[in-house]
Amino acid sequence: MSPRFSRRDFTKFSLAASAAMLAGVKGAAAAAPKGEPIRIGVLHSLSGTMAISETTLKDVILMLVELQNRKGGVLGRPLEAVVVDPASNWPLFAEKARQLLAVDKVASVFGCWTSVSRKSVLPVFEELNGILFYPVQYEGQECSRNVFYTGAAPNQQAIPAVDYLLSADGGGAKRFALIGTDYVYPRTTNQILQNYLKSKGIADADIMVNYTPFGQSDWQTIVSQLKAFGSAGKKTAVVSTINGDANVPFYKELGAQGISATDIPVMAFSVGEEELAGMDTKPLVGQLAAWNYFESIDSPANKSFIKEWHDYTKNPKRTTNDPMEASYIGFNLWVQAVEKVGSTDHDKVIDAMVGLKQPNLTGGTAQVLPNHHITKPVYIGEIQDDGQFNVVWQTPKEVPGMAWSPYVPETKNLIGDWTKSVSCGNYDTVKKACLGAKHG
Amino acid sequence: MADVAMSGPAALSGRKMRNGVRGIFAAVLLSLLFIQPHHARADEDAFAGLATTQFNTIASSVDQIAQQGGPRALPVLRALADRKLFAAREGDGLFIRTDSGWADARSGASASPDEETLRPVRVNNRVRLAVAAAEAELELVSGTPAERQASANVFYQRHDPAMLPAIDKALSKTDDAALKDTLLNARAAALLSPGAPASDAQAQQQAVAKLKAAGGLDARGVLAQASTSEALDPATRKAAEAAVSSIDFKLKLWGFGQDAFYGLSLGSVLLLAAMGLAITFGVMGVINMAHGELMMIGAYTTWLTQKAVLSVVPALGSFSLILAIPAAFLVCGALGIVIERGLIRFLYGRPLETLLATWGLSLILQQVIRSLFGPTNVAVVTPPWLSGSFHLGGIEVTIDRLAIMIFAGVVMAGLMLVLRRTPLGLEMRAVTQNRRMAALMGIRTARVDALTFGLGSGIAGLAGVAVSQIDNVSPNLGQSYIIDSFLVVVFGGVGNLWGTLAAAATLGVGGKALEPLVGAVSGKILLLVLVILYIQRHPRGMFPLRGRGVES
Repeated sequence: MSPRFSRRDFTKFSLAASAAMLAGVKGAAAAAPKGEPIRIGVLHSLSGTMAISETTLKDVILMLVELQNRKGGVLGRPLEAVVVDPASNWPLFAEKARQLLAVDKVASVFGCWTSVSRKSVLPVFEELNGILFYPVQYEGQECSRNVFYTGAAPNQQAIPAVDYLLSADGGGAKRFALIGTDYVYPRTTNQILQNYLKSKGIADADIMVNYTPFGQSDWQTIVSQLKAFGSAGKKTAVVSTINGDANVPFYKELGAQGISATDIPVMAFSVGEEELAGMDTKPLVGQLAAWNYFESIDSPANKSFIKEWHDYTKNPKRTTNDPMEASYIGFNLWVQAVEKVGSTDHDKVIDAMVGLKQPNLTGGTAQVLPNHHITKPVYIGEIQDDGQFNVVWQTPKEVPGMAWSPYVPETKNLIGDWTKSVSCGNYDTVKKACLGAKHG
Repeated sequence: MADVAMSGPAALSGRKMRNGVRGIFAAVLLSLLFIQPHHARADEDAFAGLATTQFNTIASSVDQIAQQGGPRALPVLRALADRKLFAAREGDGLFIRTDSGWADARSGASASPDEETLRPVRVNNRVRLAVAAAEAELELVSGTPAERQASANVFYQRHDPAMLPAIDKALSKTDDAALKDTLLNARAAALLSPGAPASDAQAQQQAVAKLKAAGGLDARGVLAQASTSEALDPATRKAAEAAVSSIDFKLKLWGFGQDAFYGLSLGSVLLLAAMGLAITFGVMGVINMAHGELMMIGAYTTWLTQKAVLSVVPALGSFSLILAIPAAFLVCGALGIVIERGLIRFLYGRPLETLLATWGLSLILQQVIRSLFGPTNVAVVTPPWLSGSFHLGGIEVTIDRLAIMIFAGVVMAGLMLVLRRTPLGLEMRAVTQNRRMAALMGIRTARVDALTFGLGSGIAGLAGVAVSQIDNVSPNLGQSYIIDSFLVVVFGGVGNLWGTLAAAATLGVGGKALEPLVGAVSGKILLLVLVILYIQRHPRGMFPLRGRGVES
């Protein structure tokens, strides 16, 4: 795996050997890739607090590399994944990114989960002109030429989710508690949501905002505050941007204090199939999550993806989740772009990306937009007692991702457009000017 | 019923036709041919809504089923709530999945539909609410006393004016005082809710007075809404407003008790986490950074025990937690002894090296567990006897938290007994007070060191069992407790178990008292600042050890 040991001769030899094996086993499969391997970087934490979420994404990329090599590689050359471990340590992310770009000379990088890790690697990618595929839903308000955001922007997750809660099907909520972990994603998302709710006629007194530290494990006070907040005679809903680990004790406390989804529904933006795997979901039935993908969605592409995943991990119970789909889309878009320009040259690939289309796993199409975000369908799922989500609502068609929120006064006129005519990450449509270097 | 049975196959033949128009035409013809008694037709219509894919149609169908009643209403609604109700993809056939196979939803007779053509009837929160209300409506009449009380509670929480006739009917039939009281509350709440039939000011104010007397969050919700409702008499609105502030005042008073409970509960978790460290760090002086990982291994032992019990004797699954207590103690205790013999004994008297070595060990243990069981959380199921909550006046007591408080107390008492009343405890105290003297008296100090460290580690394992019930069990579990554990031990006074108890309770209650005032994040910061200031004035903590042995 490590590039330093892969001498050219050895690579050639092992490739020839594996090609021979493939030819023997697979018979008339696609032509085996040959030549100098194309390196891609995988920048996900394999240890520390974020390992729980990010290890899976590393496995997905490795699986996709294996599948692509079986199909003949890219440009007839094999792909080689360079895996590094930034260990949930934000400055280390920047160091490892620099190593991938400057030492390993990777053609593209798939990585990061938390926004703070992305912010930490952003200057490195801009300085060394790398390509980063970022596969997680995030708070928006960023648009870099060197990053492709294949996860959801706020208008592809948070806003539709709140729309659902406001609708009759979602219970017609009139009072909102926005609770989250104290860091950049929940704070930015909640700022956008507060402005959005006000624009929908929700009074200030009917919005409660609460932040907790990372890894909060004692939710007694906050859950009882939610209960009290919900007893104002108006239908109340909770919008949760609680991060990863803290969700289990939060939901356990909800169950212990007897709050069910029919009393006060909780709409979560960071709870997926992986997080539910560690929970007894019987007390949670009916609690909500908004994503662009659910494992339970019945489509041929999803079925075959799940099957490949189970075969690859040799675990028929491994769940799939939204960021995995985003990684899948990002990887395939990059392969398309490289095949299109016939080179892994960063500038050529970046310019070729906009407009590319890739079928997503739920039967729709992801198209790369000029602002380096993609189109995504939005689904609202209810938790079932088997740990899966049941889709109860979805957008009629894919929603194009918006880098800058129209509900934040400072950014309401901004757009990102990296096509030749504009080529700017924060173009002010009123002043008709590019605000320049600062993209996040 | 005969005509219903005849219409079954006839409708089926219509269903098979590809052409929709022809199908409808045939159905109209068929319904003309087999004119059915009116009531049977209406009954079938109520169920037909369930076979659609529209949530609002399903929800209104549920309401209709509840109004019509009948023997099939409850079984069908329960099947719907349990996701055991299936509809045919074409037509309006409805089937319930039973343990042995399938049953026709409308008749209850066993059936054998083609499973490929079935899909589960869709359920969302709106449908679930409708089902809960419908079940309550049906059970209020026919259920057991417990079911009736539960139904009355649902009526109270829903306070839907459309349920007023059902409430009145139930009121006229019951003599049970508690049930009657809940129903009267429900009636008062429904009268004040939007859409209630017009009532005179006196009746409204009686309702307000009733809810004011009932108190609690449910009553507050109804009254808060009533205080702004245009449909009500102005005097009622005013009375409702006054009632809300009266309830708020009472809730605030109870809130102090509630915060105290939360604080003691948090304190008991801190105490459990810190007690093991109070032995290894407090008594032995070993800065054990792997203490949290021992808790984590205790939690994983709980999970493994639960899995093992469930696979061997599933019936005893809910009691696996009790078996996990000795298991976690032994596993972590043994691991502790291995750590002491293999690592720590070479580092006595070198605190910095111990700190680094145990920190490295904590990373190794985390990664070992991650490699063995994966990075994701594992699910430790909370047994039914530990779930839920009960009310003690206005204080809501969650049972799992209460159990942890009791458990912490028992472990503390047990530890005290071991230290004060057993030869091992005597030897431990002797060795920690004066190692040379103890050795001269014939105590095998090396053996005592190993056993002491094992005891502290075993208690960390017990803390892991408790924590598995309220927190997530992942390789990172230990990291979130290690800082707090050291804080408690240092704040309480190193080497003093009573100090650890006092510190855990102080930090727990203090934290929970600050949290509602300044928020969770600032509360934690503020508490740390206060502790730092305290430690600066009293470097030995709240209950410092005194005497000659201390300085050495």
